[in-house]
Amino acid sequence: MTLDHFAQNAKSSWWNEAGPDADIVRSSRIRLARNFRDYKFPTIYNKEEANEIMELVKEKLEKSNATVVGNLELFELEKLEPLERQVLVEKHLISPNLAEDSLYAACLLSENEEISIMVNEEEHIRIQCMVSGLQLTEALEVANKYDDWVEQQIDYAYDEERGYLTSCPTNVGTGLRASVMMHLPGLVLTRQINKIIPAINQLGLVVRGMYGEGSSAVGNIFQISNQITLGKSEKDIVEDLTSVVQQIIAQERSAREALVKTSHIQLEDRVYRSLGVLLNARIIESIEAATCISDVSLGIDLGYIKNIEKSVMNELMILTQPGFLQKYAGGPLQPYERDVRRASLIRERLDSAQIENS
Amino acid sequence: MVCQECNQRPAALHFTKIINGEKKEIHICDKCAQEKGDLFMQSGANGFSINNLLSGLLNIEPFLQQKKTSTFPHVEELKCKNCHLTFKEFVHVGKFGCATCYEEFKDSLDPILKRVHGGNTAHVGKIPERLGESIHLRKQIKDLKSELKSLIDQEEFEQAALVRDQIRLLEKGDEAAAEERGNQL
Repeated sequence: MTLDHFAQNAKSSWWNEAGPDADIVRSSRIRLARNFRDYKFPTIYNKEEANEIMELVKEKLEKSNATVVGNLELFELEKLEPLERQVLVEKHLISPNLAEDSLYAACLLSENEEISIMVNEEEHIRIQCMVSGLQLTEALEVANKYDDWVEQQIDYAYDEERGYLTSCPTNVGTGLRASVMMHLPGLVLTRQINKIIPAINQLGLVVRGMYGEGSSAVGNIFQISNQITLGKSEKDIVEDLTSVVQQIIAQERSAREALVKTSHIQLEDRVYRSLGVLLNARIIESIEAATCISDVSLGIDLGYIKNIEKSVMNELMILTQPGFLQKYAGGPLQPYERDVRRASLIRERLDSAQIENS
Repeated sequence: MVCQECNQRPAALHFTKIINGEKKEIHICDKCAQEKGDLFMQSGANGFSINNLLSGLLNIEPFLQQKKTSTFPHVEELKCKNCHLTFKEFVHVGKFGCATCYEEFKDSLDPILKRVHGGNTAHVGKIPERLGESIHLRKQIKDLKSELKSLIDQEEFEQAALVRDQIRLLEKGDEAAAEERGNQL
């Protein structure tokens, strides 16, 4: 397996099995922050110490017989092209932080891309499990399996009172960050989102854009995750988030119903205008593309558009990101060239998707 | 939207700061964000990081002043004996240097953890399997002792004797025998 396996398809194979409520919840993700005992944290360690962590991971995890958990492939980020790193970020396999400024950074990936273990990011390792739809409990189970497997090989920094010790005080305790990626065009169009986000914040949850910290909610995609990691069990954290997400799903569904009822023709107009743009534009910026993709996705969910699969839209969302575009083009592009390239790529993909279905 | 710092340029960074449930929205332009220094900007395209916010959170004046006069007069000179990170640096960076920091800064940690974790300071979740064996054992003994007490209160002496034996076996480290005894209950 080479990186091309991961970099060539915008779609991760775990997408193929659509999970519960996958029309609104694109994915559920669990991340466990873990540090190894007796090693300094990435905050202050020097190059040699970072390398020691890398060597430890190579020796214990890469070479270890991983049949219990399935094969993992190790990629050292320094050996990857900047574009390849960006592609991994755009697929949510690694964090922007890991790609940018981590010493001896690496990631261990499973073939279906469900599992990614980031090495030498903010913490020594972060075990990530990502699945389709709203399945946080299932994702936690899988992540726990990998966590137990790592702990069999390497001692963790753990304290009876504080739990898993982390460099960042916001991760200590369970080290668990659970998050869901939601597509909420109904709540945005009805402007209810402005009331819902503060309410979610009140519950100790965080709302962000598609690429996490600091990114804005492009394409009506919101990431909701837990803030508190200490003093709550993993099960409670995941259950609390799940129940909030279920509420938001219900709100989104009723917003969509209300929209269809009150402004059916406006909505249909919006959906088809956006489809028109995607099918015909020769130059398209990423934000416009994301907005149109969101509209068309909604149109597919509502049954306005029948000859395009929803998965094509999900794929386009990733495919139209700068890293992927340039990887497809075979090299770096100027922003203007990207916009041209993006438009042609969307047209090609939609044309072939419509032929497949006609 | 206009930047709330200079009231001139359009705001480019928008974020919400929540401290103990109190929400504050901040809208600021690139230039003012840079002038504000590392509270707002981090190198690279990531822009804004939670740790910058965190260090702001930890840095608030009343907290340090209160610490200066409280039981820990030299809180700022505190230094981790393992990784040599000082408490002051920890507050500035918003991150620990190593596991030992948690021990070294123990007395000053509770208020910080409370702020970040909705009032919580102690872990109640997963215990690592291998490392946690002794922790499991201690917890088991503690649970059995409280069971023993309630059995004695209820004058269930036969049962109590079995539990007592189980505790003794566990304390000797003979888990297999203790489990057998437990099964007789």
